[in-house]
Amino acid sequence: MKWAVAAVCVALAYLLPALRLPALTTPEPDWATLLFVVAVYVLLALGLNVVVGFAGLLDLGYVGFFAVGAYSVALLTSPNSGVPAGWPWLAALPVAIVVTMLSGVLLGWPTLRLRGDYLAIVTLGFAEIIRVVASDPTSVFKGDRGISDIPHPAPFLRHADGTPVFGVTDARPYYWLTLTLVIVVVFAARNLDRSRVGRSWVAIREDEDAAEAMGVPTFRFKLWAFAIGAAVGGLSGSLYAGTQGFINSASFELLFSILILAGVVMGGSGNLPGAILGGVLIAYLPERLRGIRAPAWLGGQDLFEWRYLMFGLVIILIMLFRPQGVIPSRRRALELKDRDG
Amino acid sequence: MADVLEVDGVSLRFGGVLALDGVSFAVREGEIVGLIGPNGAGKTTCFNAVTGVYRPTAGEIRFRGQRLAGRKRYQITKLGIARTFQNIRLFREMTALENVLVGADARHGTSVPGALVRAPRHWAEERAGRELAMDLMRFVGIDRRAGELARNLSYGEQRRLEVARALATGPTLLCLDEPAAGFGPAEKEQLLKLIRDIRDRGVTVLLIEHDMRLVMGVTERIVVLEFGRTIADGTPAEVRDDPRVVAAYLGVPTDAA
Repeated sequence: MKWAVAAVCVALAYLLPALRLPALTTPEPDWATLLFVVAVYVLLALGLNVVVGFAGLLDLGYVGFFAVGAYSVALLTSPNSGVPAGWPWLAALPVAIVVTMLSGVLLGWPTLRLRGDYLAIVTLGFAEIIRVVASDPTSVFKGDRGISDIPHPAPFLRHADGTPVFGVTDARPYYWLTLTLVIVVVFAARNLDRSRVGRSWVAIREDEDAAEAMGVPTFRFKLWAFAIGAAVGGLSGSLYAGTQGFINSASFELLFSILILAGVVMGGSGNLPGAILGGVLIAYLPERLRGIRAPAWLGGQDLFEWRYLMFGLVIILIMLFRPQGVIPSRRRALELKDRDG
Repeated sequence: MADVLEVDGVSLRFGGVLALDGVSFAVREGEIVGLIGPNGAGKTTCFNAVTGVYRPTAGEIRFRGQRLAGRKRYQITKLGIARTFQNIRLFREMTALENVLVGADARHGTSVPGALVRAPRHWAEERAGRELAMDLMRFVGIDRRAGELARNLSYGEQRRLEVARALATGPTLLCLDEPAAGFGPAEKEQLLKLIRDIRDRGVTVLLIEHDMRLVMGVTERIVVLEFGRTIADGTPAEVRDDPRVVAAYLGVPTDAA
């Protein structure tokens, strides 16, 4: 039964680009591009959920990993990056994931001995360091000018008329590719959750000292959570770079980390459907607001401009009335309740 | 009988406070040893030193001949020292069974790659862990509550669950930190039997306990601490009649205990 529901959901998700309901679509960007953006956010939410939801480590700098992934691909593939590699996107992808994973380990190694707020501050600093380094125009990352001509994935795949499947005109292939990766990541996260690893994460989240005393190598498993989260962030960044063909330092603002975190928390931290819903919410809602005008007495701007105000409101409301998220993990909900009590 | 645990001249200083001052005692295989002393004598500190929470400032702790210095807490657990906590520290939002499974995982080696691809070892360890966990829950008498969240268990059941979780790690030495705290007479009687059963399973027991009747009734040897020093070490009868113990710890005629 559960599998049947999941299969129907997956089938529906793949068919979504064909489903142009006027109530869902937005004037800009086109429906398929919007779906792709949503899928990337879902991927990011799933990755951050491993760190924040499963292992209970507050990471405020998740965009840093997204950036490391994107820049790794950009440097390795683009003909006008400073690195004379010029690899195809597909070859750069695994390298980018490994590099991001290593960056996660490198950041986690000294910092995962810290707890709670301290870790949050360090991760925040990490993301800012990445952004500041990238925004130096004299660096290999070229600051605002950015890196252009990043090749699309799989240029060898072509339609009957010879145009590449992954091109600039049609976003659907990117969506399907990202959706497939989302499904892979969901399965991976689920397998981890229901294993010794997942149990250890819950134990660490609930009482790190007791976990260590029961033989859980807490540091090692926290590092794993960090590395896995980073790898998924790097994967998302690679996809983003491959789709846009261009990245610059402005793409990796701190706000982005906060947004993803807000999505995970809103949707339901520690729960896969919750994280997915969170990713959908943060990506879809602002676009849905686009093109809707505020009443004249409020200034009459496009509601899209109000997106962060709206998010703030939504987050406050959810925290007030449903602090465990929309689709919470049963366990996390109780942990929150306990902390209040 | 060989010594399982040797605490050899262990001192532990926190700033200006000397919490342990050259404590020495040994626990032999298959024994039930009591560690007693007035409040603040350093009993729990001593436990924490043995389980690797604190690193001794001086002295040495050996477990089955191996020095514990420099080992991490989880490594000490894997070597075979398990513990319970004075104030219950279960994973409250996990089920009782899951709590014991976390303990059982100390015997297992599946990590991220094995869990990701569902390696045969993952399945084997999950099965073995579940069997062991259910067996231990039966042993402590809470198997009917296996699927219940730990937070929903009664106080007594939670204490038993902590014992089951600690036993699941496969210890040679089990350190119980005031397991009878908050227990009524009937529950204490059951606990007494449980401690003996644990020993009969081949696990050596080191017990911190305030209840003198319980300590005298179940232990074969008692180590008495006062102000971080060992002031007596002997059979319950010897310790009971030791004038220093009477003066320092009981402060009342021994027959009241």
